[in-house]
Amino acid sequence: MAPVGPRSGDAIFANVERVNAELFSLTYGAMVRQLLTDLEEVEEVNKQLDQMGYNIGIRLIDEFLAKSNVSSCADFKESADVIAKVGFKMFLGVTATVANWDADGTSCSLILEDNPLVDFVELPDTCQGLYYCNVLSGVIRGALEMVSMKTEVTWVRDMLRGDDAYELRVKLLKQVPEEYPYKDDE
Amino acid sequence: MIGVGKMKQYTNVLDKPLSKGKQEVSLSAFAFLFSELVQYNQTQVDNIAELERRLEDAGYAVGARVLELLCHRDKVADSLEKGTEHEDEYMISEKELLVNRFISVPKDMGTFNCGAFVAGIVRGVLDSAGFPAVVTAHFVPMEGQQRPRTTILIKFTEEVLRREARLG
Repeated sequence: MAPVGPRSGDAIFANVERVNAELFSLTYGAMVRQLLTDLEEVEEVNKQLDQMGYNIGIRLIDEFLAKSNVSSCADFKESADVIAKVGFKMFLGVTATVANWDADGTSCSLILEDNPLVDFVELPDTCQGLYYCNVLSGVIRGALEMVSMKTEVTWVRDMLRGDDAYELRVKLLKQVPEEYPYKDDE
Repeated sequence: MIGVGKMKQYTNVLDKPLSKGKQEVSLSAFAFLFSELVQYNQTQVDNIAELERRLEDAGYAVGARVLELLCHRDKVADSLEKGTEHEDEYMISEKELLVNRFISVPKDMGTFNCGAFVAGIVRGVLDSAGFPAVVTAHFVPMEGQQRPRTTILIKFTEEVLRREARLG
């Protein structure tokens, strides 16, 4: 198996253009507030954020592959590692920790201690059911789907809800075999 | 002791120390997010003016907070000019506005400018600082350049001008 590319996204992050993280988190906050006003139901907002994340994920994977020099990962474990160390670093400037693997290696947790989405955020009582960072789970799901992995991504811990870290559970549902999309006679 | 055994590290967001503001995320992360913001708002409106107004509102929410933070500490615009024709108009121009970097406006959307978001930020800042103004974003074609530059036009309200005249 060809060796996977860089083990850390530091060098890539240093070379891409960057913007102020506060502008980023305030813009995200403004968007979430718009959604809350428009959709009214917290549950609907969670869904919409996940959908937006998915839209981002399916496009973001292209940029990730183009800039990261990562060749194909041997297994899901390696993929999780690359997302945590290279993916998060490259786009958000933070790294995640991979932990809590289950016995057959199909689900694990990505743990974030630093999260640029939540600067200045506190959930009011009326929004306790909101997964504020739900866009992230959508991004991961969308990006992995583009590289043939169907996953389910859920929140386990959320600092905005009083936990001590952000923990995303990523569960591999199905590895879709890669195939050439067109038949010869078409 | 009060607070012992609580899971939350800080009981209130205001208790947190304010970051230095040197943290960064990649420009593409911002561009992806902004693109979703625009696309979402597009589904909520029937016309361009409405879309620009919604983006401006989103920007306003950012601007009002930015002022407190002086977020754009190191961002210098390409030029700030006083309007030549009107006393009360100021313009900020940028060759390639951050939010317009990866945006191309379809022909059928006319003069739509994503700079409305930035205009909203500027209006939010000025308003919170006690300088209410009407702020709009415009494309200005540049000779010899493929892409137009964006000008943010600031028009202060009369009350600001009267006050300034009194103070000046």
